[in-house]
Amino acid sequence: MLLGIAARRNEVAMATVSCLDRREFLRKSVAGGAGLVIGVYLPGKYEALAGTPPKEPAAINAWVQIAPDDTTTLVIDKSEMGQGINTALAMILADELDLDWKKIKTEFAPAAPVYFNPVFGLQGTGGSTSIRGSWEPLAKTGAAAREMLIATAAKRWNVEPSACHTENSAVVNTASGKRIGYGALVEEAAKLPVPASPKRKDAKDYKYVGKATKRIDSGIKVNGTAPFGIDVRRPKMLHAAVARCPVFGGTVKSFDGTKAKAVRGVKSVVQISTGVAVVADNTWSAMEGRNALQITWDEGPNAKNSSDAIHKLYQGRMEQTGVIARKDGDADAAMGGTAKKVETVYEVPFLAHATMEPMNCTADVRADGCDIYAPTQFQTFAQMTGAKITGLKPEQVRVHTTYLGGGFGRRAELDFIVEAVELSKAAGAPVQVTWSREDDMQHDYYRPAVLVKLWAGLDDKGAPVAWKTRIVGPSIMSRFFPGSVKNGLDDSATEGIATLKYDVPNFLVEYLLTEPGVPVGFWRSVGNSHNGYIAECFVDELAKAAGKDPFEFRRGLLSKDARQRGVLELAAEKAGWSKPLAAGRYRGIAVVESFGSYVAEVAEISIDRKAHTVQVHRVVAAVDCGRHVNPETIRAQIEGGVIYGLTAALKGEITIANGRVEQANFNDYDVVRMNETPQVEVHIVESNDGPGGIGEPGTPPIAPAVCNAIFAATGKPVRRLPIRAEDLA
Amino acid sequence: MGTTFTLNGKSTTVDVDPQMPLLWVLRDTLEMTGTKFGCGMALCGACTVHINGEATRSCITAISSVAGKKITTIEGLSTDASHPVQKAWIEEDVPQCGYCQSGQIMSAAALLAKKPNPTDADIDDAMSGNICRCGTYQRIRKAIHHAASLQAGK
Repeated sequence: MLLGIAARRNEVAMATVSCLDRREFLRKSVAGGAGLVIGVYLPGKYEALAGTPPKEPAAINAWVQIAPDDTTTLVIDKSEMGQGINTALAMILADELDLDWKKIKTEFAPAAPVYFNPVFGLQGTGGSTSIRGSWEPLAKTGAAAREMLIATAAKRWNVEPSACHTENSAVVNTASGKRIGYGALVEEAAKLPVPASPKRKDAKDYKYVGKATKRIDSGIKVNGTAPFGIDVRRPKMLHAAVARCPVFGGTVKSFDGTKAKAVRGVKSVVQISTGVAVVADNTWSAMEGRNALQITWDEGPNAKNSSDAIHKLYQGRMEQTGVIARKDGDADAAMGGTAKKVETVYEVPFLAHATMEPMNCTADVRADGCDIYAPTQFQTFAQMTGAKITGLKPEQVRVHTTYLGGGFGRRAELDFIVEAVELSKAAGAPVQVTWSREDDMQHDYYRPAVLVKLWAGLDDKGAPVAWKTRIVGPSIMSRFFPGSVKNGLDDSATEGIATLKYDVPNFLVEYLLTEPGVPVGFWRSVGNSHNGYIAECFVDELAKAAGKDPFEFRRGLLSKDARQRGVLELAAEKAGWSKPLAAGRYRGIAVVESFGSYVAEVAEISIDRKAHTVQVHRVVAAVDCGRHVNPETIRAQIEGGVIYGLTAALKGEITIANGRVEQANFNDYDVVRMNETPQVEVHIVESNDGPGGIGEPGTPPIAPAVCNAIFAATGKPVRRLPIRAEDLA
Repeated sequence: MGTTFTLNGKSTTVDVDPQMPLLWVLRDTLEMTGTKFGCGMALCGACTVHINGEATRSCITAISSVAGKKITTIEGLSTDASHPVQKAWIEEDVPQCGYCQSGQIMSAAALLAKKPNPTDADIDDAMSGNICRCGTYQRIRKAIHHAASLQAGK
């Protein structure tokens, strides 16, 4: 591993740097002035994840700057969308560099190859990869800087480095007790060579990592000052609202903007690639102007599309044989001789992300450059998009990442960025485009709707010896990363079933990539969100067919996977699985591995059979995400992942009629609220495995845990989401 | 013709379309962006402010209707995040993405002003109009009870 180190002139450099390669980084950074800037070259894709030693240095990926006043700025090359990454990265650095917690500042990185996510080879945040990709390199950066600061102080005191230690952003002469703050050492330290293998802290000496630590960004999130994308205000900025064809893929045939232009505050009406935009001096006038537009649409080939048509399409596809995503043994052959067979079909709908902050973006396109202020999960694509639309070079396009008011995968998309850049280019001024909630709901990239058929054969002891799954549904990756889809296989469509851990000797998963005419995208936990539900409900059906308790049945099938079995047992124990329930209460259990982490959840419910409603009272979750940074973040992410998944189980459904999304706002796409929130308890397995992700894995097990509790109550499996009144009879 | 009201203790006059919602006057005209846009239909609570002490959805409140009234936004709740609700929010580590929290905090502060010691049912009633997609509800509930203690000086 190589380390780059340099001094830097001033604050401006960081904010305006656009597209630094390594050489340029060093040159600019050396340009002079105060402070120590340190960056670390990361190993290539996957190696950081796998934990194998790096071979070739690939990119500078983490920067730490120490200013003369001891303030340490950590450049966050991730998007903070609630998952607590700013806090976690600050904790890692605080421990390795012995920082005074109060002197740490965070700053979002510009878009630049030096910040590429080692897992993707692009700068972006998703797939619960942040800690997995950044922990080691950042810790090494901190350790190297600490050694250099110690060496500098030791030289001044004329003692050996071993006679010094560090604490609270200062080097201390252990014998004399004298201290020098880091800020007073950085100029000199920056001139030292960077240690190739800095000594790392012993985990037992960590003050932050592994200990519950409060978020670093709560202060600005309780007083309204955290800057989200929608809060960007630039001099002379205009506001825009866009009318998009209500049918996916439709285009503008003709429009009349006369009435829109008559709205007070409206400046112009302009056609862009996604529709017709109204530009005004405030958001409300832009939206009012948009409502006054008269547009004739060419609705295109999806004009007659409907949920029924998609269902029929899927059913037709189900008669075909799919491409094989996983094959153990020979499920078809083994099925023949089994004592008992179970065959069933599951179905889930499209879902919207419904982030609290509607889509928005601000762009300022000029002849000499373009600034994009965006709540984005994908800085590299944002920069490339800006360059493509403006004709500027990528390094002339500066991406400023704001806080994200929720991401959940929606902000990996580029539609809101395209609109802002096109509009600023047309207006010759900074433009902020703001989507209404209706825009957001009706022009999402939806969680795929899928139809899944399952067959299983049990032997005379009730053991499943053959299991077959056929998944019919759209492919996210064929649009997003087409190169990753080979022979019609998309791993993100089969994960959650193709990744099952159960001991079933003959196991087959087929996939039939089917295009429904509705755009689909990443939605918190992706394929696991539907396949986890389907597989874990089917397991309960098999347990019933085998005459076994659902927990014991699963436990018996997890002989090979100690971590999966571990969380299952822990959740059952903490939930009191073996103890009787109060009258009218029922339990369900589910366990799903995703993003390198194992989560089991037990849901405790009651059903009002007259009102046909279900109340989830308590959720007990057990998590094994390996070695971890902030247990408080793990608890928060599991609590939140449960609520997100519970909305999908109880309420979420996007339907299509006449090519249009029928839902528009939270009145017809309601979500779980305070009065429906169960008590969520989170139990964390202490482990040295991993690390695994934590932003997503809490979501997949909740729907099956709740549905399995309903199955326990009613004897009827819930094979279609959301849960309906007829499931609760 | 302008509309005059008291905003966070200061007399404020704006000259905008009388139908323009208070939300957009705050965010765009006055560039006070702490109050958030979430749905535009009073369905999510992100835009909650206090009008004469009542928690009110600013996204459906025409500016003409607030003439002469006292408005408090998240920026005016305290100058230094010292309101018991803000302190409790930090101590219970409530925010995740943070986008809905201005509205949550304004709803909670209005609740505590009326009911210094709210029950869980009171919290359900007062807070179920505020959506949080990160799912921080459990911590919000705990923080409201905590803020009640702080407010009582316990």
